[in-house]
Amino acid sequence: MMAKSKLEGRKVALHDMTLRDGMHAKREQISVAQMVEIGAGLDAAGVPYLQVTHGAGLGGNSLQHGRALASNAEYISAVAGVVKQAKISVLLIPGLGAMRELQEAYECGARSVHVATHSTEADVSPQHIAFARKLGMDATGFLMMSHLNDARGLAEQALLMESYGANTVYVTDSAGAMLTEDVAEAVSRMREALRPETEIGFHGHHNLGLGIANSIAAIAAGASRIDASLAGLGAGAGNAPLEVLAAVCDRMGIETGVDLFKLMDLAEDVVVPMMDHLVRVDREALTLGYAGVYSTFLLPARRAAERFGVPARDILIELGRRKMIGGQEDMIQDAAMTMARERAGASGKAAPPV
Amino acid sequence: MSKIKCALIGSGNIGTDLLFKLKRSEILEPVWMVGVDEKSEGLAKAREMGLKTTHAGIEGLLPHVAADGVQIAFDATSAYVHAENSRKLNELGVLMIDLTPAAIGPLCAPTVNLKALAAQGGVVNVNMISCAGQATIPIVAAVSAVQPVDYAEIVASLSSKSVGPGTRANLDEFTSTTSSALEKVGGAKKGKALAIINPAEPPLIMRNTISCEVEGAPDQAAITASVLEMIAQVQIYVPGYKLVNGPDFDGNRVSVFMEVAGLGDYLPTYAGNLDIMTAAAARTAELFAEGLRAAGAQKETA
Repeated sequence: MMAKSKLEGRKVALHDMTLRDGMHAKREQISVAQMVEIGAGLDAAGVPYLQVTHGAGLGGNSLQHGRALASNAEYISAVAGVVKQAKISVLLIPGLGAMRELQEAYECGARSVHVATHSTEADVSPQHIAFARKLGMDATGFLMMSHLNDARGLAEQALLMESYGANTVYVTDSAGAMLTEDVAEAVSRMREALRPETEIGFHGHHNLGLGIANSIAAIAAGASRIDASLAGLGAGAGNAPLEVLAAVCDRMGIETGVDLFKLMDLAEDVVVPMMDHLVRVDREALTLGYAGVYSTFLLPARRAAERFGVPARDILIELGRRKMIGGQEDMIQDAAMTMARERAGASGKAAPPV
Repeated sequence: MSKIKCALIGSGNIGTDLLFKLKRSEILEPVWMVGVDEKSEGLAKAREMGLKTTHAGIEGLLPHVAADGVQIAFDATSAYVHAENSRKLNELGVLMIDLTPAAIGPLCAPTVNLKALAAQGGVVNVNMISCAGQATIPIVAAVSAVQPVDYAEIVASLSSKSVGPGTRANLDEFTSTTSSALEKVGGAKKGKALAIINPAEPPLIMRNTISCEVEGAPDQAAITASVLEMIAQVQIYVPGYKLVNGPDFDGNRVSVFMEVAGLGDYLPTYAGNLDIMTAAAARTAELFAEGLRAAGAQKETA
């Protein structure tokens, strides 16, 4: 018999990402009916927060981020109509989504929001965080690409978000590039810096296979909210798989309040059959974590690779070298076109004119 | 002939960069700079260059407008205070060039509609949209000139160091003003603007991606020619406006990938977003100033 975990008795709120980050892995093509089925299942399993939007959040419907099957308003209203206990959350990235869209999401039933900025640019979020609080919403500051800032810098950015009114701040490993010790240090620093009533969260991607380990490290360092998705459905190699995280928490005595077997059944019977590709640590997903590239770039990089004849891994490495961040999906095609032209030039073929 | 005297309101990145450009103008003469922070670097630069300055905001300028003959003012503060600034200066007969996203006056992209605006008369406030708008609307207009654009979407990537507190606090206004200008000035039926602030070191040059969905199959040769001609027009006042990739045709979608390097007047060359905005504002003011000068000359002869 193994010794008791030091984390026994800790309470953690699980925040499901299947219906938001999972949209990336489905090229934004999850139907309203599928959202309703999964949302109702998560609600019945006792998951306290479900995020429901286009993968890029409010305002996400675009050429840059893909057009979803339905509008955010349709998705949110439909899922809000079937949940009994769960809070519906949305993603809002300032510069893409706007306050009027948050107002609309609220009217459709959303009661929580991740206001997301790059990990060094928290100061573009004060309007949006304050507006969420004014609406009475649960407001999270979400520091994307956290691996591009150090623990001290992240704590400073978290303090800014707290000062705008965020009641939770997240370490967000959008590239699935953080090592377990990085996560622990970042969360610890934030815990020291923030007011005791401000919660800390962690959002992981599984690109280096560390989705669960990093989530547990975050909890050990003081995080009380963790993002995860059924069967890991999410960008790159996916998020921390929700059912696996629930099982590990259960074994450690960490209280999540969810029904593990219901989550296992939902993952296996509903979400896995929905997958267009197996969400796993494949060559390109591993490249994302290894090179620190935004997980959402995976599928557009594969499309650009096909169209311009440059390997997806090469494109992703180039995007990492160029220091591209979340939201710069247009630079995938740009990089592919430039690389294709240079390679054609280098091999002696006539370079197409620009 | 004497130059038309101007005041700059706002001593941040945009106001200070604009100051350098106005100093080189053959027709405009900057005489006042207005700030709110006594220790602002912009105000110090302005004093070095011989301008009068105040850190008492717009109220510090108003009593001197008539005596110092200020006829044009540039507002580079924020959307929230612009309307008040504009009202007060318009009352004194000053033409307002608005570099905030307030957009209370007609929107202007010089290569697209400046001549028409200057010719229409009675304009007291001209809005310069946004840096992203200045960098992308000409391309949308160039595509619109060939065939109808159902939807135009632009992505502007700005280096973190070049984005001041005004733009950061006005990000919703920045994207909504730009989106609406893609329609009103660019000619798209629907427009959408996205802004990204990238903190990479060394700072990255401003990038803009313009995508248009056109009605019917795109006339590739005509669109390419129209876009290239428009780029040459913008390069007259923004030499660092450069095509990187495209026009690329994918179904009914046309994509153009641009970069904008600045002249390095106030911030280094990566901050092309400052240059394209201030250069457009200066060019707009110059065309209106020609009108003011002609009117002044007529008065003298009458």
